[in-house]
Amino acid sequence: MTNANQLTIAAARDALRKREISAVDLTMACLTAIDAGDRLNAFVHKTPEIALDQARAADERLKGDAPDLCGIPLGIKDLFCTKGVPSQAASRILQGFKPEYESTVTSKLFGAGAVMLGKLNMDEFAMGSSNETSVYGPAVNPWKVDDRLLTPGGSSGGSAAAVAADLCLGATGTDTGGSIRQPAAFTGITGIKPTYGRVSRWGVVAFASSLDQAGPMTKSVRDAAIFLAAMSGHDSKDSTSADIAVPDFEAALTGDIRGKKIGIPREYRMEGMPAEIDALWAQGIAMLKDAGAEIVDISLPHTKYALPAYYVIAPAEASSNLARYDGVRYGHRASLAAGDGITDMYEKTRAEGFGPEVQRRIMVGTYVLSAGFYDAYYNRARKVRALIKRDFEEVFAAGVDAILTPATPSSAFGLGEMASADPVEMYLNDVFTVTVNLAGLPGVTVPVGLDAKGLPLGLQLIGRPWDEAGLLNHAYVLEQAAGFVAKPAKWW
Amino acid sequence: MSIDIATAAKVAKLARIRVEEDQLPKLAEQLSGILGFMEQLNEVNVDGIEPMVSVTPMRLVRRKDAVTDGNIQAQVLKNAPDAREGFFAVPKVVE
Repeated sequence: MTNANQLTIAAARDALRKREISAVDLTMACLTAIDAGDRLNAFVHKTPEIALDQARAADERLKGDAPDLCGIPLGIKDLFCTKGVPSQAASRILQGFKPEYESTVTSKLFGAGAVMLGKLNMDEFAMGSSNETSVYGPAVNPWKVDDRLLTPGGSSGGSAAAVAADLCLGATGTDTGGSIRQPAAFTGITGIKPTYGRVSRWGVVAFASSLDQAGPMTKSVRDAAIFLAAMSGHDSKDSTSADIAVPDFEAALTGDIRGKKIGIPREYRMEGMPAEIDALWAQGIAMLKDAGAEIVDISLPHTKYALPAYYVIAPAEASSNLARYDGVRYGHRASLAAGDGITDMYEKTRAEGFGPEVQRRIMVGTYVLSAGFYDAYYNRARKVRALIKRDFEEVFAAGVDAILTPATPSSAFGLGEMASADPVEMYLNDVFTVTVNLAGLPGVTVPVGLDAKGLPLGLQLIGRPWDEAGLLNHAYVLEQAAGFVAKPAKWW
Repeated sequence: MSIDIATAAKVAKLARIRVEEDQLPKLAEQLSGILGFMEQLNEVNVDGIEPMVSVTPMRLVRRKDAVTDGNIQAQVLKNAPDAREGFFAVPKVVE
């Protein structure tokens, strides 16, 4: 038998019910793998005592009827507030912060009997595409093909590395511009960003409130369906949470997509796109066609403007959300010189507490919201956003069920390789994913193949609003057809 | 549009982030680069388009205007870098 930590959530769920394994043994297997995986720098706050307490309680509960996630060991992104456990958003400014409350997502998961193994590395305040803006240092991709250490992507880089390296069975991620889907693609796992409003944002440290959504990162599409169901649902504490029934996502995985219309957006065929990405996309199209779907060419004419619109809107919202970190109520406060006043305290605290990328985004946001520039930048970006959303609405109104695109413009790159690049170059990582956040749609990435170097590549499927069930079924078909089973060889 | 050093200093001030004098030219250059990237938005015809305010059509839910929480002073203050006598403490703000 494989080691227990290598199981999928679905397989572990069944094994727990057949008494083939206990939740405590399963948890121990993960804790051992985590301790052996320190070089990946994925888990940044380990919680073995909480995990074993929860596992023991889960074993009790499994004697009767228990929810799907009962006894399943998970990793939690550092962006989620977890009661009494450091929740730092990978920032120095939240050093020492231990929330007095539990995020809605984690309380739903723990309420369902899930086990928390610890907190996972990420880009600071979820701002980054390589996990290199983290105060903990970068998480490392378990995939390695030469001497270089590779990025697991970002911002949910620790979550991706932990799942791909079998340190946990699944992990929570969050996605503001691609932060679940890009790292999932870089590490050969599945990640879904649900429709905006499907999952409560309460207790998740805010980056850009109109774009942020949490979702699961897992070893299979079935696991994503099980995990997402447990995270979803209305929450009166999040005013943008939708009061819409949560369907049985797992039951929707029929594998039958005959007659479904799959849109292939011509604007996603970017200039200079590597031939390997193009070939992978063509393979994906062929797979869905073989499964009986109808392939249609579609146009999303404003795609090109999604990135610049995003890099106005997201920093604008971030500058407002991050105003709360002022050294007064929680986290880091700079030590002050004699005679320093309260403004010195704010300015020094924020200069010390925020890393360079976060500072840059706060300042960009401050600028685009400042008097005289609000209309030229922020309002214009919001109008372009409306057009991007309308592009999708028109395509769906014409009968398209899902849209297939590449997930990332390349496979994982080396840590440090983008260090001297212009910030904008790093932003290009989000080119295929960011439209989905702007339009509030669900999007999922599935590993489909390896590139010539032997690194995983993924494809993205975009669904209709609230149709995660249909979307996951399409992803399931793609997963079955691709038969991606490669795992990183253990070097860590 | 390009950001000069004075504008970079003003933005840093508005954002309440201390940026040392010698770092301002680099900041101005980076902000200019990012804003230059945004200039593409000027190519889009947005005549008659309303700025998007809500991702999904929804009306904000109202609730009864009633106290639902409270009496948790110790919890509220627990993470404060400096809390004294039941208050957050900050440097003196009035002379």
